[in-house]
Amino acid sequence: MTVLSVSKLCKAYGGVQAVCEVSFSLASGELLALIGPNGAGKTTCFNLLNGQIAADSGSAEFEGASLIGRKPRQIWRMGVGRTFQITATFSSMSVRENVQTALLNFHGKLNSLVSLAAYQYRDEAMQLLTRVGIAAQADRPCAVLAYGDLKRVELAIALANRPRLLLMDEPTAGMAPTERVALMQLTAELARASGIAVLFTEHDMDVVFAHADRILVLNHGRLIAEGKPADVRANRKVQEVYLGSGAVYGGAHA
Amino acid sequence: MSAFQERQNEPDLSLSAIFVQLLNGLAAASSLFLVAAGLSLIFGVTRIVNFAHGSLYMLGTYTAYSLVQWFGGGIFGFWGAVLLAGLSVGLFGALVERLLLRRLYHAPELLQLLATFALVLVIRDFALWAWGPEDLLGPRAPGLEGAVAILGRRVPEYDLFLIVLGPVVLGLLWLLLTRTRWGTLVRAATEDREMAGALGVNQAWLFTSVFALGSFLAGLGGAIQIPREPAVLTMDLSILSDVFVVVVVGGMGSIPGAFLAAVIIGVLKAMCIGIGNVSAFGMEFSFSKLTLVVEFIVMAVVLVIRPWGLFGRAQGVPRGTASVEPPLSLPSPGMLKALAAALLALTLLPLVSDRYTLVLLTDILVFALFAVSLHFIMGPAGMHSFGHAAYFGLGAYAAALLFKYALPMELALLLAPLAAGLGALVFGWFCVRLSGVYLAMLTLAFAQIAWSVVYQWDAFTGGSNGLVGVWPAQWLSGKTAFYYLALVLCAGGALILWRILYSPFGYALRAGRDSPLRADAIGIDVRRQQWLGFALAGLFAGVAGAVYAFSKGSISPDTLSIPRSVDGLVMVLMGGIQTLTGAVAGAAVFTWLQDTVARQTEFWRALLGGIILFLVLVFPQGIAGFLRERWEARAGKRQS
Repeated sequence: MTVLSVSKLCKAYGGVQAVCEVSFSLASGELLALIGPNGAGKTTCFNLLNGQIAADSGSAEFEGASLIGRKPRQIWRMGVGRTFQITATFSSMSVRENVQTALLNFHGKLNSLVSLAAYQYRDEAMQLLTRVGIAAQADRPCAVLAYGDLKRVELAIALANRPRLLLMDEPTAGMAPTERVALMQLTAELARASGIAVLFTEHDMDVVFAHADRILVLNHGRLIAEGKPADVRANRKVQEVYLGSGAVYGGAHA
Repeated sequence: MSAFQERQNEPDLSLSAIFVQLLNGLAAASSLFLVAAGLSLIFGVTRIVNFAHGSLYMLGTYTAYSLVQWFGGGIFGFWGAVLLAGLSVGLFGALVERLLLRRLYHAPELLQLLATFALVLVIRDFALWAWGPEDLLGPRAPGLEGAVAILGRRVPEYDLFLIVLGPVVLGLLWLLLTRTRWGTLVRAATEDREMAGALGVNQAWLFTSVFALGSFLAGLGGAIQIPREPAVLTMDLSILSDVFVVVVVGGMGSIPGAFLAAVIIGVLKAMCIGIGNVSAFGMEFSFSKLTLVVEFIVMAVVLVIRPWGLFGRAQGVPRGTASVEPPLSLPSPGMLKALAAALLALTLLPLVSDRYTLVLLTDILVFALFAVSLHFIMGPAGMHSFGHAAYFGLGAYAAALLFKYALPMELALLLAPLAAGLGALVFGWFCVRLSGVYLAMLTLAFAQIAWSVVYQWDAFTGGSNGLVGVWPAQWLSGKTAFYYLALVLCAGGALILWRILYSPFGYALRAGRDSPLRADAIGIDVRRQQWLGFALAGLFAGVAGAVYAFSKGSISPDTLSIPRSVDGLVMVLMGGIQTLTGAVAGAAVFTWLQDTVARQTEFWRALLGGIILFLVLVFPQGIAGFLRERWEARAGKRQS
């Protein structure tokens, strides 16, 4: 089942086409990697989908509803979870409270002035923390966690609204190599078990080729290749972009 | 000309009158620019909001006055005195930076603000001690005593000199900042302090020199005022609010912005005085009454349209210095017992204490709730308000007015906080659009607007005299009875606010402070949350204000003045912003100090300032923060 379908998405900054006529679709349970060299337009593309910036033209539909022009919090309400390149968690709260806050909002209880937040949705929060493997850290303040564990907290927070689509910006950036593999392994298992579609950008090609079901390659804002890891690996254009052919910036593909 | 004169009615709106007011405004703008440029430079590099900047300006005026007396009034005597006054204030600024502020660069940002405020108190009393309470007007400037006829009106030569001085200083500063190595370092540090440090810029020396230059400009700005305006003891805070506005409107850290803003505000103020009363569409409108607020209205408009001022840029988040907020965990059974014991003690206290103590305790209760409500938005919600007295004052005035014009005391007391909450809802809507220093300045602006409305609306609010005869109902007229009323309302209010912090609403507030990015990504409308939090804090400040009004029997515009807002800041910061009970401890100590110190000496401000400085240097984490650290250290030792 198609969860996300993007068609002819464009965004320009001044004269620079950061993202140009990008189209793709994503099915539930699928892990789709968005790769490309620095400045290819990955982050722009990503931020167009999560509501951080507005597209110039084109469409992006999540379960048939348009994402364009919506704020991040509205997109979250529709059932999209996200993690950040540099982890963003609530440092004055414990790990469990971070997840509880997201759960409170998911259940529409965040405006209550009366109930004690620390006792709400405790079990549900613990289940999520168990799923990402950091239940043992539940009571520690987020501020003292190791970076790899913070990434897992983010994942637990992102799962709180029972998303059908997860947007992960550089999920393994800043992590040790063994942790990277473990985190992506976990993400892939969660996605397949719950039928969550995952779109992620990534610099680490080992991670990408080991876990992605499908890969999109961006260069200069355009989609230059799309397909299974093996096909993309064999694609000549992609090899030029990554390894260089001496003519990449001269416009071999333009 | 004749066409203008024919239309001229009561106010003098002729072209020549407007032109003269324009020149007057430009002359005032020059001094304003000098002081503002200094503040902007200091903020740009050190990120310190220097409350003492107005005091440096005042020192410049007084010092120049004394030096002129000493040197005699000749050309060299006068100009030498002006220059030397600026230089000595610059030297004083450098000393302040080296001896005091340097020790606080690693403390939370707000603590530096508290230290500079303590300096305001100390310098004010130093001026009182050295120069006495009388206004002192300096001599005319030799060589520029005369006046020039322009459009048939006489314009003082000295004003023309000032008009030229502003752009000249702007030009010199521009050369200094763009053509010298030192200027390049200053610009680099303004842009990105950490990176400048990483590139090997000697920050200690840079900070001292910037502080010296900024102080010199403030001192010079004060010194050149002596032929125009008398030196008075209240000029420190009055110029400070003007200068804050100029710097914020121009954009913090931008010198050309400060110049443009100084000109806009100087001219607008002069115009408001010049135009006077105008009747249009059968309504009488007084522009001169606008003088007190016009700059704040300009600031509010500019900040809403351009949140970083005219020439300012969005500030990057400082790297590495981001303070990690401490976790807020549910109070332990032991702490709850301690709280219950404290409340019990407060309940039993009237049995043993005298009348005087009860009155003091009532004051402490009132200010404790005021401080707790300020802490509510400053701490967990992360919004630093410099104008929280607005809501305290709105509550006090609403209570007094409702009581005087219509309602029994009990009802007035209950309804008044709603007026404060409503005010906070309106002002807050604008404020939550900004963050950091800009938000703080906008709260200050709204407080000043509220103050000037109350101050000038004689017919309704009693103007500068305030309202008298605001007495509690018969059954509450005894000091003990009123103490219990204050205890129930103020302690109750504080407990409610604390309890809210543990509710989902409180978590959402903290979420917005900790990480707006993440909060947005889990569907929290951070702005709306802050807005409601702001209104809630205003409501409870209003409760404190209403109780205060009836406890004193009279109120004056002081209840919503800037010093009252600063009192609140001092209480919160002195107690320690990172703990809930800090605000209460700060309010108790501050109110008690103010009460006892004021009885001991004429120079109570200096003593209070000295005590604050001592506390800041010894307990940078606040009183309650210090106690908690001790407590945790002991608990830790026992565990191991």
